[in-house]
Amino acid sequence: MNLLLPGMYFAADSALHRLDPRVKMGVATVLMVLPFAVRHPFGHLLTVGLVGTAAILSRAPWRALLGTLRTVFWLGFFMFFFYFFTTPGRPLVALGGVTVTLEGLVAGAMQVYRLCLLALIAALLTYTTSPLQLTHGLEAMLSPLASLGFPVRELGMVMTIALRFVPTFFEEIETLSRAQKARGVDLSSGAPWHRIRNMVPILVPLFLSAIRRAEELAVAMEARGFRSQPRRTHLCRLALSRADAIAVLIVLACGAAGVLIR
Amino acid sequence: MSIPFIQTRALEYTYLAEDDQAIPALRGIDLTIGRGEFVSLIGPNGSGKSTLARHFNALLLPTAGEVWVDGLLTSDPRHIQAIRQRVGMVFQNPDNQLVAGTVEEDVAFGPENLGVPPAELRRRVDEALEIVGMTEYRHHPPHMLSGGQKQRVAIAGALATRPDCIVFDEPTSMLDAEGRHQVLQTIQRLNAELGLTIILITQSMDEAALARRVLVMEGGCIVLDGPPEAVLEAEEVDRPGLGRPFAAEVARRLRLRGLPLPSGLLTVDALAAALNEVRNNGSQHG
Repeated sequence: MNLLLPGMYFAADSALHRLDPRVKMGVATVLMVLPFAVRHPFGHLLTVGLVGTAAILSRAPWRALLGTLRTVFWLGFFMFFFYFFTTPGRPLVALGGVTVTLEGLVAGAMQVYRLCLLALIAALLTYTTSPLQLTHGLEAMLSPLASLGFPVRELGMVMTIALRFVPTFFEEIETLSRAQKARGVDLSSGAPWHRIRNMVPILVPLFLSAIRRAEELAVAMEARGFRSQPRRTHLCRLALSRADAIAVLIVLACGAAGVLIR
Repeated sequence: MSIPFIQTRALEYTYLAEDDQAIPALRGIDLTIGRGEFVSLIGPNGSGKSTLARHFNALLLPTAGEVWVDGLLTSDPRHIQAIRQRVGMVFQNPDNQLVAGTVEEDVAFGPENLGVPPAELRRRVDEALEIVGMTEYRHHPPHMLSGGQKQRVAIAGALATRPDCIVFDEPTSMLDAEGRHQVLQTIQRLNAELGLTIILITQSMDEAALARRVLVMEGGCIVLDGPPEAVLEAEEVDRPGLGRPFAAEVARRLRLRGLPLPSGLLTVDALAAALNEVRNNGSQHG
């Protein structure tokens, strides 16, 4: 299956993939704020240009990128009509008791445009950054909080372990559902309520095994000298490259230009 | 005997069962394991093998008696990190001891906990992966590896803290034949080439016979202690739950039928050679 689900990592080697995860997260945040901060049409053009350039650089398939827009379709749909009907202004058409205004049309369209950009930026971030890199990046970005007593390392450890065990649990679900099918449990047909109830014989052993795994893992971690302590070092050191600096400069310059133009 | 590395004196360990009943798991164990020894520990389920092994790196502390590792008393909390650096552990289930998202980051976990600086960390990880032959998989996530490969990564993880000793708690019982072979070979190399002290807990007599010293446990006591040739032919081994190595059992029964076989035949090859000898001698006489 080569299906690229929204939010999944797309393994490739593009200019965007090679950027430092911290830079990508920072840039994504700036880009997400821009559609709201910018007033002038030229600023919006710059924003769309930046996101478009990132999309091209990511080498992610266009279909997959456009597919992410589907996930926000209903939200966009309702937002559009909400603004469409509630924004006061010059009346365009009066339908019964509701008056539709030109301002409403513009405001609704703007909300949809912002929503689409947000979805695209988030998708670009997760397509080009592996969960592991995201974890490292997040940990590095939060590390200043460690001096305030915030358990950054522990949080990073929790995220790493969670990611590490996702495939393990999927395998386990597979095994358990095969075992239950072999005992005559029908998992794939029947009313939704029935199907949910049939998940119980899979979920209960799954939770039990998760607890057992957690116990064994805790012993193994302790045996390897893990203690809740600030004095840990890291194999993976994030290092900023020239490309990172260029990306930050371009986004900041374009962003500032977009916001300052009135 | 060589310099003692692990020493226990009158070691007792008692735990509370669910109904608050005190259950003795270890009943007074006096044991000395020398530096560089290869010791295997066998015995039926519940005989206290794992409990004993977990005293060797302070995962468990004695209820009574004492354990020293490299001259450090395990019940002194100041020594815990030093002891865990010296004694690594590899467990049964390869899935439940790997913590990180890629092989090399997992190997780095132990030394990271000890605060090893990044440059040195890199060197140790590369070295450990080289020793177990997993260098080409260093960027793989653990779930893409076979059971035997995962166990070798776990071994590399133990090696990365530069230990003097590694305790293996039934490391092959969840592996297929190929994985078992890979892991056992790695263990033997660690002992022979790097001089590491090895303690191998196992249910298999064939595996136990790889060591140069075999300890048999039962009911929380060590009932036999000696070289495999002697221990594996002793009467005490004659009970369900243990069982001799295949070749030793065949040799024993042939001997009972009057065939003049020497003692200490633990592998099929050795048995075949001895049988050949007997046949040649027989034809000379006849």
